[in-house]
Amino acid sequence: MIISQQKPFEEILEALGDQEKVYLVGCGECATMTESGGENEIADMKTRLEAAGKTVLGNDVAHATCHELDMKRIFRQSKDAAKETDAFIVFSCGAGTQSVREATDKHVIPGTNTLFLGNVKRNLQYEEKCSLCGECVLDEYGSICPVTRCAKGILNGPCGGTNNGQCEVDPDKPCAWVLIHNQLKKEDRIDQFMKIQGPKRWNAVERPGRLDARDKDEEKGAA
Amino acid sequence: MGKYREAAESGKFVVSGEIGPPKGTQVDDMLHHIDLLKDLVDGLNVTDNQSAVLRLGSMAVSHHIVSEGGDAVFQMTTRDRNRLALQNDLLSAHFLGIRNVLCLTGDHVSVGDHKDAREVYDFESVQLIQAVKKMNEGYDWTGNELQGSTDFYIGAVVTPESNPIEPQKAKFEKKIAAGAQFFQTQAVYDMDNFQNFMEYARGVTEGKDVKIMAGLVVLTSVGMAKYMNKFVPGVFVPDNLLEEMASVPKEEAIKKGMEICARHIKLLKDKNVCDGVHIMAIGKEEIVPEILQMADLV
Repeated sequence: MIISQQKPFEEILEALGDQEKVYLVGCGECATMTESGGENEIADMKTRLEAAGKTVLGNDVAHATCHELDMKRIFRQSKDAAKETDAFIVFSCGAGTQSVREATDKHVIPGTNTLFLGNVKRNLQYEEKCSLCGECVLDEYGSICPVTRCAKGILNGPCGGTNNGQCEVDPDKPCAWVLIHNQLKKEDRIDQFMKIQGPKRWNAVERPGRLDARDKDEEKGAA
Repeated sequence: MGKYREAAESGKFVVSGEIGPPKGTQVDDMLHHIDLLKDLVDGLNVTDNQSAVLRLGSMAVSHHIVSEGGDAVFQMTTRDRNRLALQNDLLSAHFLGIRNVLCLTGDHVSVGDHKDAREVYDFESVQLIQAVKKMNEGYDWTGNELQGSTDFYIGAVVTPESNPIEPQKAKFEKKIAAGAQFFQTQAVYDMDNFQNFMEYARGVTEGKDVKIMAGLVVLTSVGMAKYMNKFVPGVFVPDNLLEEMASVPKEEAIKKGMEICARHIKLLKDKNVCDGVHIMAIGKEEIVPEILQMADLV
């Protein structure tokens, strides 16, 4: 899921400036799980904004804020509030904020910072393991992604900063290359480690990414 | 071919020093160090934004060394440049008469002084080695023919004290397979450990013309030695050397460090442990001539 974190309240107020009437949008998917934009957080935000002198005209937690047609539909249903508000504050990922952008011409403010695509370790604990590179090479590395989990994205083995199995850049994180080496040993595939890996095709997906899976040619991975 | 490569390929015990360019335009100390060392050693490494800290460029200083009659080992990290910029700089370096290149991935920006910079790492060390090899063969990375090939002596690094060592050894072997012709090691202090590592390395390089130079960082105080043990991954100063450094008054510590360094050089040379040494005095290059004297190298 997409891991996001609420921005400091002061930053949100600063973004609003003199604008008084606001409309809050949360997300029923990732931001609910991460407690950055679910029903509870939106209710809490409403209270805080009102205490700061703002008027909350509307608040909705969309099923999935990244769904652009849904956002348009929600704002049609709340036409008056959507029309009267000075600004929308969106508590989802950056994709969700931009869905709202597509649905209104008003001031749209992100209420969160979007951090990464995360695995859930346990409730409210997340780790980044995939960076959406567009060309999955996991099998080359015992299904432990060095592109994401090595701080330098090295593809051919540990750097000199590996430190008793931990990463020099952040000693709280394991060195991905030690994990990969151990895993390939377990699989009896250590020869795989000796393969010289070329650099990534960083443009495997032309950014900004776009996929029309209705177009069957494109769906088959024409990229 | 530069004199560094000539020395290495002749089978002579190779000696190199290191120049860390200054952060700014005051180059007097650096020029003095180059002047002092260029004729005493076979080559001078020039670091590339060392520790991810902005400094005067490695290529410009390498060129200066070459134009003054010395030989430079141009250090190149993949941290700050993508594949286009790396190859562009390799061609530029070649144009400027630079003939040795040390291929490094480079310290992460988070340890440097521009922590919010976007690190590049389009290539890493193994791929940079491959790229230089291709250019030596007359092709760019994508296989386009160059109008004139390069003639670089291709260097790499290895960390003999890395923990765990197995993945590090595997990477060392990959660097050789990719085209590395010489290695400079991360600083080594435990000569027994290093001899064990070299026994392994000699086995790997047997039948191949690959030279290995031991990296020696001169100890300047017991505090510095302890600091490295605590904070520099892959560097290990054993207890007996800590005690030796502590056995003398503070003001004599640097002399003791020089003695240890000279002793290690002699041991490595006399026992034919490796093919040379790379001496790093980290800003105190004026002490290197005396170390070379103490080690009977001049």
